[in-house]
Amino acid sequence: MSDKRIFIKGNEAIAMGALAAGARCFFGYPITPQNDIPEFLSKAMPDAGGEFVQAESEVAAANMLLGAAACGIRAFTSSSSPGVSLKQEAISYMAGSELPGVIVNINRGGPGLGDIGPAQGDYFQAVKGGGHGDYRLLVLAPGTCQEAYDLMIESFDLAFKYRNPVMILGDAILGQMKEPVEPWKPEGINPEEGKDWALYGASDHSPRIIKSLFLGEGELAGQNQHLREKYEAMQVEARAESYLTEDAELVVCAYGSIGRIVKSAVRKLRANGKKVGLFRPITLYPFPSNELLELAKKGKRFLTTEHNLGQMVEDVRLAIRTVADSEFFGFMPGNLPTPDAFEEPILAALERK
Amino acid sequence: MNLYQDVIIAGFGGQGVMLIGNLLAYAGMEQGLNVTYIPVYGPEMRGGTANCTVVVSSEEIGSPIIHRPKSCIVMNRPSLDKFGPRIEENGLLILNTSLVDLELAKGLPVKVVPIPVNEIADSLGNARLLNMVALGAYVNASGVMPLQAVQGALGHVISSHYKHLIPKNAEALQAGADYKP
Amino acid sequence: MKDELVFKRPEVMADVTMHYCPGCHHGVAHRLVAECLESMGLVEKAIAVCSIGCSVFLYNYLKLDSVEAPHGRAPAVATGVKRARPDNFVFTYQGDGDLASIGMAEIMHCANRGERVSVVFVNNTVYGMTGGQMAPTTLIGQKTTTCPGGRCRDREGAPIKMAEIIAGLGGVAYCARVAVDSVKNIVKAKKAIQKAFEVQTQGLGFGFVEVLATCPTNWRMTPVAANARIAEEMIPYFPLGEYKDVTKEGGTC
Repeated sequence: MSDKRIFIKGNEAIAMGALAAGARCFFGYPITPQNDIPEFLSKAMPDAGGEFVQAESEVAAANMLLGAAACGIRAFTSSSSPGVSLKQEAISYMAGSELPGVIVNINRGGPGLGDIGPAQGDYFQAVKGGGHGDYRLLVLAPGTCQEAYDLMIESFDLAFKYRNPVMILGDAILGQMKEPVEPWKPEGINPEEGKDWALYGASDHSPRIIKSLFLGEGELAGQNQHLREKYEAMQVEARAESYLTEDAELVVCAYGSIGRIVKSAVRKLRANGKKVGLFRPITLYPFPSNELLELAKKGKRFLTTEHNLGQMVEDVRLAIRTVADSEFFGFMPGNLPTPDAFEEPILAALERK
Repeated sequence: MNLYQDVIIAGFGGQGVMLIGNLLAYAGMEQGLNVTYIPVYGPEMRGGTANCTVVVSSEEIGSPIIHRPKSCIVMNRPSLDKFGPRIEENGLLILNTSLVDLELAKGLPVKVVPIPVNEIADSLGNARLLNMVALGAYVNASGVMPLQAVQGALGHVISSHYKHLIPKNAEALQAGADYKP
Repeated sequence: MKDELVFKRPEVMADVTMHYCPGCHHGVAHRLVAECLESMGLVEKAIAVCSIGCSVFLYNYLKLDSVEAPHGRAPAVATGVKRARPDNFVFTYQGDGDLASIGMAEIMHCANRGERVSVVFVNNTVYGMTGGQMAPTTLIGQKTTTCPGGRCRDREGAPIKMAEIIAGLGGVAYCARVAVDSVKNIVKAKKAIQKAFEVQTQGLGFGFVEVLATCPTNWRMTPVAANARIAEEMIPYFPLGEYKDVTKEGGTC
């Protein structure tokens, strides 16, 4: 297998996955720790026949994405936490206008300027909407460089399937680490994708208006009802990795980089005969609530661990609330997480009974 | 056979710790293994302290970040202070005795391989080869993979501008592996 | 005697009643855009980027493929549209609050990059849709709901002259300021809009036309008095004319 694999950073895997998925427009703005993405694409995107723009701000970059998405072109933008805050305006408009763009957030420490290290402080922002109004993004949380590549490809399919913005939520660990990745290209991307709604000049269709303003009586309510039905339909996309949960007494819930770091802790505890397992949501919206509930019904106990003050734990608790609860351990943003940091809290939760 | 090794490589910026981390991980991939490499920088672009962690395993790798590594390549004094005490018991410490007093590592419950990498690099005619000397010593002492695998991967991590220096780098790796304290 | 129709609605304009107030110049500006699109054969190629303000409903009046941009971001959205569809004709239509205040960064950089898009900038010195607040182009002494004592240079700064600023940017191929308060000026305005469209279709660069316009309601004036104010107060501060035209310089930007 070694001959097919390339050794790349998570950020590069994201950029290469997007190109493989047929992304033809990228709009970015420098911010650490995601700079490898625009740097890579400044050459690779034009080489692939696409457009690369370093925008004047994250605000502008996200709005450029809105424009390209309105044309039915596979397009994306990337940033890191403070920059993603600035993109929220356009993301809300894209959700309201039902536009299929992809936004990458390489989460760094916050609040404010925070630091340039890893963190998971943007979970709420990603899965609960993030901007104004009532909307949801599909949120995918890769844990490895290969998964980053794969999910980047899938993100465009999902964006067009649901005509909805998709967010890839990574962190500074995923962005900066290098791993072997086996590149692949998806087949059968429909060249007519978006043809029935996208803008390309009213030459063979009556004029189309892509907008999020609905002032007529009942119009906005109708749009919100439509969006609600779409979000309900998205629930089938929920996905998670279950690792040694079958016979586990305690299931540790963690996503992204923390998921893989906790996996090391789980392995070590297992080697010492401790019955612990890992549940790693891969989609954060839709949240894999049903799978968690099934585990709860089997009598498992739960500990949610995150690189923040406690955000995903609310979704875990919601999922299992009728039968169980989840404890929480928050590793502080600003510190670099290692498996050792999680061992003791997991063991303590296991033994609390 | 299950293989698992992790190592933190730490030193000043400019000592080439990131390059040998990349090299080791790349060589591991070429060996068909799973590998991770993660750099940790200070805020400075130049001149600060730098370290990276490499994990090499025949199994799927969980954490790419390790608090208590099995091994450590220490290129300067601040790195010994920071990482020395964190090395796993009976672990391995490759210590650059050109810049760090061996006495400082006495008392650590680890196997110490003292090696004056600056002097050895100088004797090879290029002071910048010190990183390769250190990596050679680590590969030899840990047995993580054959030295030839590392030498064979040089072409993938050294920029094309320096391709002519590959034989010299291979030689430095060998010198580090061959060094007897 | 048979009646002959000598003046009709351009095909691309929807047969609906506009929501604009009596005496507002948006209707005239819309019509000029429509006439240029038709005469240049751009209707089926056009993608309009609508902005926030009174003119957000441009998409209800011009039968074009259209997208609605967030406040001030029309030039960024237009950049995305044009990069995605370089063979289409892309234009924005923006007011002064949208373009010269919240969207200042977007318009400056879009122009400076020389995006092949055209911008119609309607300057009526006031925020219209939100009810008459001070705009970046509000004249000194002009009273608005947020400068009730009149705009003061020391406190609120001087009205921003966009045409002059845009003309100084590298990527701009054509830049002009026009008015639509008289037949003579309307004829000139149409020529300028056509020029701004042509520099895009010819791939020369960014085209910009600032249109001085009335807002009788928020100026608290009758339509006739508002129209007269264009020549009396606005043109002296915002001089009309072509500020840049690379086709006359014999080169591209």
